[in-house]
Amino acid sequence: MNTFLRATARCLRTGAAAQLPRRTDGSSARFLCAAADFQKDLGEMVKKDKVVVFMKGTPAQPMCGFSNAVVQILRMHGVDDYAAYNVLEDSELREGVKLFSNWPTIPQVYLSGEFVGGCDILLQMHQNGDLVEELKKLGISSALLTAEKEESK
Amino acid sequence: MLPTVLRGVRPIPTALASRRPLARFTPHMDPDRSRPVESSIRTKLTEGLQPDHLEVHNESHMHAVPAGSESHFRVLVVSSRFEGLPLIQRHRLVNEALKEELSSSVHALAIQVKTPAQWGGRTTLEKSPPCMGGSRGDPTVEEKLRAGRE
Repeated sequence: MNTFLRATARCLRTGAAAQLPRRTDGSSARFLCAAADFQKDLGEMVKKDKVVVFMKGTPAQPMCGFSNAVVQILRMHGVDDYAAYNVLEDSELREGVKLFSNWPTIPQVYLSGEFVGGCDILLQMHQNGDLVEELKKLGISSALLTAEKEESK
Repeated sequence: MLPTVLRGVRPIPTALASRRPLARFTPHMDPDRSRPVESSIRTKLTEGLQPDHLEVHNESHMHAVPAGSESHFRVLVVSSRFEGLPLIQRHRLVNEALKEELSSSVHALAIQVKTPAQWGGRTTLEKSPPCMGGSRGDPTVEEKLRAGRE
């Protein structure tokens, strides 16, 4: 499903680019429409899955230490099933998501369609227990909570 | 408390310092011209957030960028402006203050934000995770490095 969404986003981008002759006949308006469409797609992408991460690289092979930190934190909580979008593969996505979130850096984490922050915020949420709570609200039981319960038995 | 903002500046008597407006210390007066981006970050955060304590660390040497780059930073900002604000709003204030730097030469910004009560007077800098080389060959980063040099 995630591959489909990304492919769709890429297809839309390719389609939009094909409509861009360098003339002053409203082509800039079409370009703006394409950009607005992309923002709309992002709106759908972040709601499609409970946990959405825009990162550099992939969860299997992160290409940035901060993106890797997000992946590791999620892994610690037992969150393995999430949508991860690699901004290094798509420069329009990379710039589009910064505009969409009004956030200048990658990685970016969305929980239940809501922007939560980057690596620093996720780390702090992990350290102070907020992440366990937020995951609970999504119906995800953190592995750390389960581990704690096991220990206290 | 005297904000520990300026480094390498001749120490001045505390009484005088508290009467001098910080706006006097504009980037071009900063003695460290070899670090213009760092200076600019300090100035903007000082003016924008009136911090009780501010640390700006250039972490570019920890990443896959040339020596002497000013592309990756970590900041610790302690300010009463953060009172009552959730973490994300605090980060947004920092991002807003550094909008120009983030859209030109700064590629990565690690942020720690605390109120004076949360800080408690001790520096507790988080350690940035090890670089995984993503900046190498990244045209976006190369653009930023060029902007930083100009």
